Amino acid sequence: MGNRSPIIVTENLTKHYGPVVAVQDLNLEIYEGEVFGLLGPNGAGKTTTILMLLGLTEPTSGRALVAGLDPTRNALAVKRLVGYLPDNVGFYDDLTAKENLLYTGRLNQIPEAELEQRIKTALEQVGLADHGDRKVREFSRGMRQRLGIADLIVKDPRIFILDEPTLGIDPEGVRELLDLIVRLSREKGKTILISSHLLHQIQQICDRVGIFVAGRLLAVGPLDTLGRQVMAGKPLEIELQVEPFNHDLLEVFRSLEGVDRVESQGPYIRLRCAKGKDIRPQLTGLLAERKVSILHLRARGHDLDDIYLEYFQGEGRI
Amino acid sequence: MKEWQAKLKEFINWWREAFSSSGGLKVIFLKELADNLSSTRMGILFSLVAVACLSALYVAAQSIRQSVGQEGTSFVFLRLFTTSGGSLPPFISFLSFLGPLLGLALGFDAINGEYNKRTLSRLLAQPIYRDDVINGKFLAGIAVLAIMIATLGLLVAGLGLVFIGVPPRGEEIGRMLAYLIVSIIYVAFWLSVSLLFSLLFRQAATSALAGIAVWLFFAIFAPMLAGIIADGLFPVTDESPPELVLRNAVWKQNLSRLSPTTLYDEATLYLLNPGIRTLGPVLIQQVIGAIPGFLPLSQSLLLIWPHLVGLIAGTLIIFALAYYYFMRQEIRTS
Repeated sequence: MGNRSPIIVTENLTKHYGPVVAVQDLNLEIYEGEVFGLLGPNGAGKTTTILMLLGLTEPTSGRALVAGLDPTRNALAVKRLVGYLPDNVGFYDDLTAKENLLYTGRLNQIPEAELEQRIKTALEQVGLADHGDRKVREFSRGMRQRLGIADLIVKDPRIFILDEPTLGIDPEGVRELLDLIVRLSREKGKTILISSHLLHQIQQICDRVGIFVAGRLLAVGPLDTLGRQVMAGKPLEIELQVEPFNHDLLEVFRSLEGVDRVESQGPYIRLRCAKGKDIRPQLTGLLAERKVSILHLRARGHDLDDIYLEYFQGEGRI
Repeated sequence: MKEWQAKLKEFINWWREAFSSSGGLKVIFLKELADNLSSTRMGILFSLVAVACLSALYVAAQSIRQSVGQEGTSFVFLRLFTTSGGSLPPFISFLSFLGPLLGLALGFDAINGEYNKRTLSRLLAQPIYRDDVINGKFLAGIAVLAIMIATLGLLVAGLGLVFIGVPPRGEEIGRMLAYLIVSIIYVAFWLSVSLLFSLLFRQAATSALAGIAVWLFFAIFAPMLAGIIADGLFPVTDESPPELVLRNAVWKQNLSRLSPTTLYDEATLYLLNPGIRTLGPVLIQQVIGAIPGFLPLSQSLLLIWPHLVGLIAGTLIIFALAYYYFMRQEIRTS
């Protein structure tokens, strides 16, 4: 990312709703062309942050810059650059999918002749080409979400902001949607900001993530460094599934040097190492000697779920 | 030299950005217009009003045919609007009573509907000014109301011609057009009321009910209330001095003029009855020496000038409130 310049910058961005703190001193840099995941539980202030980036809500203090423009002063210019897919997007039910897209296209001053073509391509890209003339009333949740993406593709902004895009869609739909988002980023070089509380869905496609809890940004970075940051100074936990399993194994693990605690949980065995120790190298040899094969081995703390959980526990909430 | 040029350029750019139209107003206006005109709700309401008004016209035409021999043909065309026959009230009463319903129906879910459909945040994220949304909706509403009222008025005029066979004179046409314009302003007032309610209440049903409550209050209870207050301030008995009676009457009238419905009713009465010179209390000595006759249109317009200004001001004040509220409102989807 070194050679890229930040396209979205926030400086001590703060928003209070009366006594309620929605966002506190947010400092964030998002670079051109990256997929950035803003992760946090519901009510963490993600949507508020997005609304401030769009100039739809004024910050209490601090400021945001989108492509060098302040959204509160240059709202129109910013809105031309940014496409926004709101959380649980809505459409005019009485209009057809095409008419809905036409309306947004016209609001964006796209010339009529070009608009037709863009709508056709966009509907094809999201797989709704056959449903363009149906009323949106008949659309399922997933179809609406895809229509929302088509809406953005028609607008063709530099920055896509997607608020909870995968919420309420079935797994297959989620996969297609994420594919689409990745394509937008990789093929067209769009900057994409996704807010979500569904970690494992988002972690597959994000270049960097920011963890956002109770209005504060707790950590930012690529997933692996984030994991290291969080787990630094914390004992390593190993999750293990073996075949064949017998309870003697637990005793063997317990007797290993550097193992603090062993417990079995369902099909899994959990080993907690002493601080600074990693027994994984010994483990494989040990099990191979006993003709026990490893079905599953995972060092906890290196994917988003653990990082997320760790942070919430740190904040005293889940 | 260079510096001030750069500054000038910057200023011009700023000016352009700040004052040029985003083009959003026109797009929103056209979309709202199409929505309103094609909606079932409008179809039902317009049919209701049209049926009521046309039956009033028919009855009026019948009774004019019978009475035209005794009353002469002066302003017979305007009498189409004001004559009641049998059990049916005249056209103007129908329009005065049902017109507000048209205005309320167009606006009661204008903004909260967008909230509930979750389209508002998507709409406002487009490169348009925020006020384009509320202006576009208001203007589209007025356009639809104007179309409907003009249609009704001209329909009545045309059918009236067929029924009574007396062509209108220029002044009668002028009075009728003035009447239609005042009617449009009046329903625009109710449109702005319903627009305000659609901002104040998140539920469309609540805002519709609030609108209907205000409408019924002004149409039915406000005149009664004015009477009660005036009687309370200046109790009148049979032996009261004339001064007190007069004061009571003036207060009663002025209080009831706080209601836009009264303003509209009085304005239309003046417009469609050229013989009416005043609706307030008249003393005998004021009438002595007066020659009964018809007022020219300009004089009638002069009489309703305060009413007109009051109606327009009321519409604008309420729209300004809605505008202010809309611009200040937080856009939260959930």
